[in-house]
Amino acid sequence: MTKKFSQEHEWIEFEDGVATVGITDYAQQSLGDIVYVELPEVGKKLTKDGDAAVVESVKAASDVYAPLDGEIVEINEELDANPALVNEAPEAEGWFFKMSLADESQLDELMDEAAYKEFVEGL
Amino acid sequence: MDQQTELLQTALYDLHVELGAKMVPFAGYAMPVQYPLGVKGEHLHTRAKAGLFDVSHMGQVRLTGENRVAELEKLVPGDIAILKPGRTRYSAFTQDDGTILDDLMITNAGDSLFLVINAACKDDDIVHMRANLGDGVSLEEIDDRALLALQGPDAAKVLARFAPAVADLKFMSFAEIEIAGSPCFVTRSGYTGEDGFEISVPNADAEALARKLLAEEEVEAIGLGARDSLRLEAGLCLYGNDIDTTTTPVEGDLNWIINKRRRAEGGFKGADVILDQLENGADRKRVGIKPEGKAPAREHTQILNSDGEEIGEITSGGFGPTIDGPIAMGYVAIEFSEPGTKIDLMVRGKARPAEVVELPFAPHRYFRG
Repeated sequence: MTKKFSQEHEWIEFEDGVATVGITDYAQQSLGDIVYVELPEVGKKLTKDGDAAVVESVKAASDVYAPLDGEIVEINEELDANPALVNEAPEAEGWFFKMSLADESQLDELMDEAAYKEFVEGL
Repeated sequence: MDQQTELLQTALYDLHVELGAKMVPFAGYAMPVQYPLGVKGEHLHTRAKAGLFDVSHMGQVRLTGENRVAELEKLVPGDIAILKPGRTRYSAFTQDDGTILDDLMITNAGDSLFLVINAACKDDDIVHMRANLGDGVSLEEIDDRALLALQGPDAAKVLARFAPAVADLKFMSFAEIEIAGSPCFVTRSGYTGEDGFEISVPNADAEALARKLLAEEEVEAIGLGARDSLRLEAGLCLYGNDIDTTTTPVEGDLNWIINKRRRAEGGFKGADVILDQLENGADRKRVGIKPEGKAPAREHTQILNSDGEEIGEITSGGFGPTIDGPIAMGYVAIEFSEPGTKIDLMVRGKARPAEVVELPFAPHRYFRG
């Protein structure tokens, strides 16, 4: 299993050809209380850096971008009933969607955990 | 960082930072948008107990001189002459075209009128007043006072520990009261729909007073984020969003601020337009909007009728923590303004069902004695 991070504060866990995507703890902390998550439909094709999901706090809506090219294979239905999961367990139960990848080599362009930690500390 | 240093600071700036607030630029000031409790927690706490808000960025103005009432009445549609000493009224500065330059609170403080105006408008308002208030009125900007708001069902109980006299004040009443040894102007009013007070306190005493209030177990510090969600649930207008220089009081569903004598006599800026709209109706109206489902619809969201035609726009929209769902306000063409009317909201390219509803979303709980 490989865990990677994007500069847009998403985490990507890649295992058996499927990438699970969510937002990082840093992201949920800066967004605040999350009240709604709009997820893409299963089967939707995603383009790296294109719109993938929308996360809404009390105050504002924020776009979540696709970290990689690929296609949605599963979404986290739990978030509809309980969007606060993103605040409570952003890098576990609060995952957003799973996607198949068009080009696994794109993973190499993302940061590993140590690099992301450094990136966040520099913000 | 440069931007931060150029921003104005209220007397409570250091306290906000110490409390861990996230500071943001707002109307030229560095203001706390939220504290570690978070917008939702702060919102719910205010409705359950009491919240302390720093609203010192708002403008405080005193008008003196024997013509103050008649002169101010030229700029607002409210009956100020009827306002007894110690009473407060919500009003608006109107313009010649009937639109709104700002909304404000006007208090008859006995020997003067005490006004509270919006932070983002205060410079314009003061220019407007200086240009239009005639002889026999002097205007003093009160810049040596902070403004705190203590809001929520426990606000009166908490404040009475420091100043028992506040218990006697009724909603929209004013008194000069010493709180914890400091001479304050206290109005029983607010911007949350809850019982509460706005307290004008000398800058030098503001931090000490805020600390005393925050030390009470019922009180939490509340930021601008929750201030916005609280006022939206209460159906209260945010100037710049829900009313502005493109909307009249009648369109804004603020007919009640145009008092009886002023309807008969006119004599305020834009009276011809506004009184004509009162008589014949306006083409559009501000309404409450409840989106179905969970997706919030934000300001500038297009409103459509069932045929997909645009009939208006959302002016404030978000999530109401007390309602536990999305809420909004906006303008719709008058034929769609009846509560119960089904409408669609265009959110991210998709028409989503919603309904026109009565305001407020959360019932007002003012203390009327």
